[in-house]
Amino acid sequence: MIRLRLALVAVACALLSPVFSRPLAAQENPYFVTYDHNLEEPGNLEVEYFSTFGTQRTGNDFHSYWTELEYGATAWWTTEFYLDAQTTFHDSTVYSGFKWENRFRPLKHEHWINPVLYVEYEDINGTDKTLKEVVGHDVESDYLTSNAEARQEHKREVELKLILSSNTKGWNFSENITAEKNLSNGPWEFGYALGASRPLSLKASARRCAFCRQNFTVGAEMYGGLGDRYSFGLKDTAHYLAPVAAWNLPSGWTLRLSPGFGLNDNSHAFLLRWGVSREITGFGDMVRRMFGGRP
Amino acid sequence: MKLALSLLMVSAVLLCASVVLANGQNAAKDDKPNDDQSKDNKSAGIYGELAKAPEKASKRVNPLENDPEAIAAGRLLFEDHCAECHGDKAEGGKKGPNLRAPEVQNATPGTLFWLLTNGVVRKGMPVWSKLPEPQRWQLVRYLKSLGVVQPVPAEAAIKP
Repeated sequence: MIRLRLALVAVACALLSPVFSRPLAAQENPYFVTYDHNLEEPGNLEVEYFSTFGTQRTGNDFHSYWTELEYGATAWWTTEFYLDAQTTFHDSTVYSGFKWENRFRPLKHEHWINPVLYVEYEDINGTDKTLKEVVGHDVESDYLTSNAEARQEHKREVELKLILSSNTKGWNFSENITAEKNLSNGPWEFGYALGASRPLSLKASARRCAFCRQNFTVGAEMYGGLGDRYSFGLKDTAHYLAPVAAWNLPSGWTLRLSPGFGLNDNSHAFLLRWGVSREITGFGDMVRRMFGGRP
Repeated sequence: MKLALSLLMVSAVLLCASVVLANGQNAAKDDKPNDDQSKDNKSAGIYGELAKAPEKASKRVNPLENDPEAIAAGRLLFEDHCAECHGDKAEGGKKGPNLRAPEVQNATPGTLFWLLTNGVVRKGMPVWSKLPEPQRWQLVRYLKSLGVVQPVPAEAAIKP
């Protein structure tokens, strides 16, 4: 039921978007976990739906999914809202919670390495299986708990990231350092994500085409935990390596796909991620007009 | 129920952010004698950024200067990424200044490339380094192909 509602929200927003936005070819990166320094254009809203299918040794496989609403508040500030849910096979479908993230670009100009500061508040329960970030000693066995039991755990967490990213010769290289803390208890937990990607062609085609090489961006990302304040390091942590691919369609839609592989026994053996998104241009202006403001 | 509350929250957050930004923009406009002057001042500020391009950057030559397809490709890129703010004909739009003004058209290709790469983040122009370098050069080639169009003064426009 929840899944249906989430899907409906995403589809409704996406279907409505052509009413008030011009078609435009998005230029989105292919990452699922790693962030780069490119923020949403001011006034634009990106509606995104993502899924992760994960295998679970000695337990039930799962399918988690989330909707993201990403808004470019200014050229240096992007704010994003998430709604998460998941289905554990042979168990149940549950709503996992919401997250609100903000990314700030502190420097005015482009540099060799570009920092972005990231702050996120999470209000989730123990059923969250999005694996959008892997921190601390998050390991596969944590996900064995049944949904009925896991949803009793209520977590309010704050997550900070330092995003470092470079665009050079068509390549994007991004490094994220994550620190996360449960506000009620628990130590700071740390994690990392690394990503590299490149469009198949750097030059744009002189005609609109769905299958032109510049519309496809491919790369890889690697992410995992780094322990916590009391036991920093790689011991008892999970790590993943995932090829990533994005297809930016001329109609404004972006499709992403990523098969991910666990790198040690603490990791899920296989994660299959996919996502669809669409950018709505001029969303901020539309809202301003609703309140009598001028675009 | 939780989902409905969450949806309400996201709407509230986005609306609040937009309203705050809109109020800020309107407050800034109220301080000015009129909208045209305000827009002119904003444009002047953004044109002023062109002068900040380092000499080395401004002297860069467009490697696609002789590419026969660069203008057509640049036009599509402009429609996708720039027209929303600068208008379909690049003569200035809701948020962005006229790109056919002499300040822009007389700038060197290297200067325009530098501005595209760095943006004018504090004044609302995003960084476009996410476009690969050849695509930014294609955009520059298209912009330079447009030629100068002087904005028509408001008084002249209403005279018969």
